[in-house]
Amino acid sequence: MSEITKQTLNELIENVKNKKLSSLEITKAFIERSEKSKKLNAYVTDNFSQAIDNAKKFDEKPNFEFKLPGIPIAVKDLFCTEGTRTTAGSKILSNFIPTYESTVTKNMWNEGAILLGKLNCDEFAMGSSNETSFFGNVQNPISENLVPGGSSGGSSSALAANLTPVTIGTDTGGSIRQPASFTGTVGLKPTYGSCSRYGIVAFASSLDQAGPMSTNVKDAALLLEVISSFDKKDSTSIDFKRNKYSSELTNNIKGLKIGIPNEYRVDGMPSEIEDLWKKGIDYAKECGAEIIDISLPHTKYALPTYYIVAPAEASSNLARYDGVKYGFRSEGENLIDMYEKTRSEGFGEEVKRRILIGTYVLSSGYYDAYYLKAQKVRQLIKKDFDDAYKKVDAILTPSTPSSAFKIGEKTNDPVSMYLNDIFTVPVNLAGLPGISIPAGIDKKGFPLGLQIIGKSFDEQSILNIAYSMEEKINYKNNITDWWI
Amino acid sequence: MTIDLKTVKHISKLARISVDEKKANKLAGDLNSIFEFIEKLNELNTENVEPLTSVANTTLRFRKDEVESKNIREKILSNSPDNNKDFFVVPKVVE
Repeated sequence: MSEITKQTLNELIENVKNKKLSSLEITKAFIERSEKSKKLNAYVTDNFSQAIDNAKKFDEKPNFEFKLPGIPIAVKDLFCTEGTRTTAGSKILSNFIPTYESTVTKNMWNEGAILLGKLNCDEFAMGSSNETSFFGNVQNPISENLVPGGSSGGSSSALAANLTPVTIGTDTGGSIRQPASFTGTVGLKPTYGSCSRYGIVAFASSLDQAGPMSTNVKDAALLLEVISSFDKKDSTSIDFKRNKYSSELTNNIKGLKIGIPNEYRVDGMPSEIEDLWKKGIDYAKECGAEIIDISLPHTKYALPTYYIVAPAEASSNLARYDGVKYGFRSEGENLIDMYEKTRSEGFGEEVKRRILIGTYVLSSGYYDAYYLKAQKVRQLIKKDFDDAYKKVDAILTPSTPSSAFKIGEKTNDPVSMYLNDIFTVPVNLAGLPGISIPAGIDKKGFPLGLQIIGKSFDEQSILNIAYSMEEKINYKNNITDWWI
Repeated sequence: MTIDLKTVKHISKLARISVDEKKANKLAGDLNSIFEFIEKLNELNTENVEPLTSVANTTLRFRKDEVESKNIREKILSNSPDNNKDFFVVPKVVE
């Protein structure tokens, strides 16, 4: 049997069911490795002693019917966990202990999983490199001083470094798929409405979705099956018939039509990305898919649209952090002064920048010119996809326009940071599912990902395509444990 | 369209975020480069396009107005910013 922390989720489950491994052995192995890996700064809060207790409890009365029997899992610190501090990577929530559990994490614990800890992320999930977290930068296990992507950067780092067998993140404009791409892992953003948003710290409510992150496609299918559910507590949760994603997973994608959007060939895209994409097309053909050229004409307007819609929703959502009822408070001379000081000291620079953009585009006299305009363009972007899906079953693109960059490289230029999400943002705007799978490395040896975008509610097809291509690509991360 | 110092100060007032002169200058620069990028949308004629209100073709569900979580007084009070165990004590917000 291979080293515990190197096993996939499916292997660990198999070993628990066959009584070759106990929950305690597995939990201890991941804790031990996590403790040796503090330099990565992947965790904000650990739950190790509680996890040990829960593992012992599981072993005393094991239930092998569970989908995640006694499996320890660390999650992004954007999910409210009852009794365990939840910070959203912000100073303003640095002392917040929720009295309720998010639905997606509850779904995991109901299937036997054990909370290992809370993982670092960009503040309120606003960032593409995990450099906006109040709790510091996260290291990418691929190479020292490399960003792990963002905003689910603690999640991608912990996953690639084998500190957790799988994890969950949230994706508003690419925050699952981009960090997955930067760390050579798999990340899936489900259809809007598939996973409940109840108990997830809100960023942009019409775009936010939780999703699985894993080292392989089969694990992602299983974790999605656990976390996706209809939930009365989220008014945008959708009651559709969910597939049994893991048992229906197949590598037979013969005859599926995969579209290649011409507009994703953006100016200045490195030739390595172009080559990777071509290779991906060849793999898809080898797998039996039919390749069809398609057009998504409004692609270039997706990022500008996103940078109106997301900050507008964020400025409204974050109005609740005023120092009155909970969270950080800075005392002021009067009420207004208290509000202003609390928010000025409690939020970091990127969050403040986005709140100000949002306030501006929603302010009197500018609403029509910005917000309304953006919602109209969003309609056009969605229509592009609707039209494309009359001809194809899924769409294949690169996940990101580059591989991971150095810590500090883009922090002074917000627009160049935003450009990271150029291939992922349209998917959120249209509410579609998308998955990023590792597909190769660049000259520097850093991972590059390919993205498969599906029709609404058709996670099964993109999982199947990813599963089939994964076999052909046969990607393996080369991680040297340089931080230990 | 350029965002000047006066506008930055105005929107920070609206957003209840205090900014000093130096920060306001930096923010004006950042916001201008972001809005320059956003202005690209003006190339598009959207006169006859309906704004998107929801990505999913659904309407909000109705539910009965019933209390579902009961007896959670202590849980709620546990997040009170003041140590008082019986009341949720907050700063005075109404003059």
